[in-house]
Amino acid sequence: MVADMITELGHFALILALGVAIVQTIVPLIGAHKGWRGWMELAVPAATIQFLLVLASFLALTYAFVTSDFSLQLVTLNSHSAKPMLYKVSGVWGNHEGSMLLWVLIVTLFGAMAAWFGGNLPQRLKARVLAVQSSIAVAFLAFVLFTSNPFIRIAQPPFDGRDLNPLLQDPGLAFHPPFLYLGYVGLSMAFSFAVAALIEGRIDAAWGRWVRPWTLAAWIFLTIGIALGSWWAYYELGWGGFWFWDPVENASFMPWLFAAALLHSAIVVEKRESLKSWTILLAILAFGFSLIGTFIVRSGVITSVHAFATDPERGVFILMILAFFTGGALTLFAARASTMEARGVFGFVSRESALVLNNILLAVSSLVVFVGTIWPLIGEIFGRKISVGAPFFEAAFTPFMVVLALALPVGAMLPWKRAKLGRVVKTLVPFFVLAVAIGALVWAMQTEKTALGPIGMFLGTWLVAGALVDLAGRTGRGSVSNRLSRLTRLPRSDWGKLAAHSGFGITVMGISGLMAWSVEDIRVAAIGETFSVSSYEITLVDVRSEQGPNYMTTKAEMRVTQDGQPLTTLYPEKRVYPVQAMPTTEAAISNGFWRDIYLVIGDPQDDGGWAVRTFIKPFANWIWAGSIIMALGGFISLTDRRFRVAAGAAKTRAQGVPAE
Amino acid sequence: MRRIIISGLLAATLAVSPVFAVNPDEVLDDPALEQRARNISADLRCVVCRGENIDESNAPIAHDLRLLVRERLVEGDSNDEVVDFIVERYGEYVLMKPNTSGANVILWAAGPALFIVALLAAGLYLRRRSQAKDTATALSSDEEARLKVLMKD
Repeated sequence: MVADMITELGHFALILALGVAIVQTIVPLIGAHKGWRGWMELAVPAATIQFLLVLASFLALTYAFVTSDFSLQLVTLNSHSAKPMLYKVSGVWGNHEGSMLLWVLIVTLFGAMAAWFGGNLPQRLKARVLAVQSSIAVAFLAFVLFTSNPFIRIAQPPFDGRDLNPLLQDPGLAFHPPFLYLGYVGLSMAFSFAVAALIEGRIDAAWGRWVRPWTLAAWIFLTIGIALGSWWAYYELGWGGFWFWDPVENASFMPWLFAAALLHSAIVVEKRESLKSWTILLAILAFGFSLIGTFIVRSGVITSVHAFATDPERGVFILMILAFFTGGALTLFAARASTMEARGVFGFVSRESALVLNNILLAVSSLVVFVGTIWPLIGEIFGRKISVGAPFFEAAFTPFMVVLALALPVGAMLPWKRAKLGRVVKTLVPFFVLAVAIGALVWAMQTEKTALGPIGMFLGTWLVAGALVDLAGRTGRGSVSNRLSRLTRLPRSDWGKLAAHSGFGITVMGISGLMAWSVEDIRVAAIGETFSVSSYEITLVDVRSEQGPNYMTTKAEMRVTQDGQPLTTLYPEKRVYPVQAMPTTEAAISNGFWRDIYLVIGDPQDDGGWAVRTFIKPFANWIWAGSIIMALGGFISLTDRRFRVAAGAAKTRAQGVPAE
Repeated sequence: MRRIIISGLLAATLAVSPVFAVNPDEVLDDPALEQRARNISADLRCVVCRGENIDESNAPIAHDLRLLVRERLVEGDSNDEVVDFIVERYGEYVLMKPNTSGANVILWAAGPALFIVALLAAGLYLRRRSQAKDTATALSSDEEARLKVLMKD
């Protein structure tokens, strides 16, 4: 009875939230136009109420999942009473309807945060930002309520549910979607600021400073979300791949690239009042690509034309949302961009121009991913059935990243306004030589002569060394102790830059090392048999059957030794989840600094042996370690003093004190 | 993710038991030949899966194709001949890396073309910026007017 009430209240709260969102879209916009204070001020409480209503609705759905209320169709289709609690909760967003509700929850959360922390924004701008943000909530609330309602009941509740897809019952994947959505939706804040600035018709350094923390936060979440997804694929799918250039992956990668471009160009707006209209355009595109990503994932139009046909309603709805927001914003941009007058002047060689190059490389590489992702669809127009897979993206995308990695250390050290290339190059030459030497050493050491590994190690070293030299250069001249004491007083954004850029270098080394030197072995092994792969000896000690909470498993015991010294014992599994009649592999991985040992157990063979797959994956952990260091760099920058006081800038200026 | 779910479901419904793609009994004795087979397989798409190549796929059709690739290699075909043989039977859909025929030129040229256009546009913009008068410290006409008023007092 109580459970019934909670569900109905959750449903009702969602409908109410739509009403509030509509009011919050219209009233503050009119208020800002007419200069009516009260109408503008309405946006703040409305944003809070809207968030609380959607939160109540989300909690109601979570309650239904946790208590296994099978009168809800969604719970029946995606949960099971024997499922561990973690996956009952993550089951809320492990399906289309629930994940869209999470999406809306995050839209309103960001709106509420802008209302709470935006106390020092100019009133007009704040009202407009909150109204635009709310209009996004309107679109997605309507989408959830009219096409993807999670609160639909079934007349005759079954005795038990159909369970969550077992591949999704994994800690890495439980938290992958929330991070990804925080990232996607975080970009809606940059979008709202951009559209508000276009309506306003002006944009200045303060705008850049307000927009940057939101973009940075979105980018951090996207980085973590993508890294979690790729890590999951690596250990769960059983062949050690970490990135497949799948349309669904590309959907998250394109906004990430645009967000990276945006957070760099916003620096130019903030410090030099240049690249204003370009930054606005990037903000629109970044969120636009988030919407395109949502469209790709939800409609299934690119992965399979048939999925689109089975549920055209949702695909068309999102396409309309996409067309309205990006189309509307781009039209507004076309009309107003020319009023965004640039101020700062800079030479051909300058930090500004280096950041322009950064933006070009990131934007173009993102567009390459986009063209590759939609090409099968375009091919169909020409009557051709075409696939575009990893080999294409590796060939077409990688060159841009190589150029980016080559240029980054130089560009990052160029002074603003007018720079002398010679001076920076002179500082960096020894480190470039060092990086080349490491690349050459690697080339000499590897048994199979591939170019990929040495080039990756060279670029990675160059990036990390460049980032360190950059930070050291910030301490100026003088005695070592003076410079060290200055080092501790450097703004946090300098440390953030060091971490983010060297994280990129570490990821580059990880990807190229893994791809170049991965060793694989497939064989049939009898119980007790020892075989060697690379420099390791592996023994299949035993294989037995066990029972898990909601699965049955075949578990192997495998001992790994190196030069006769015991290294580790690993337990790869093969599970069957009876409710969904689905087998999964649980690879056993021994993580190491230089390499992973990755074991997979296969099927029993006729002769009594077992199929066994062994991989030695060099540098594997560097990929995700680098990603996490990148995200950490973003986080350190986010805590920089100038963002904490950013909101105060408007106030001090109003009092006639020049900002900074 | 979806692709995995779908191929997983497919695997379940077809009751395919192997949990991994290349099985030990498929592997050729000659390591050089086997390596060629793996390289070719990585560029061929499993036609019933979502974006998986035949080297990674558990589907029976992928298994058949893997055997076919190895058969042709043992017969003495070159890599290109093997790929052509398979494309002839299954269509260009099996190519993970589209060829450059017809409209596919656009796909391949898009990146470099965009890059060149962007560089040219940026070059023009930078030239304008470097020759423009620095207005960063200048006052707007409104501000100048206000200043005049203030100076009068």
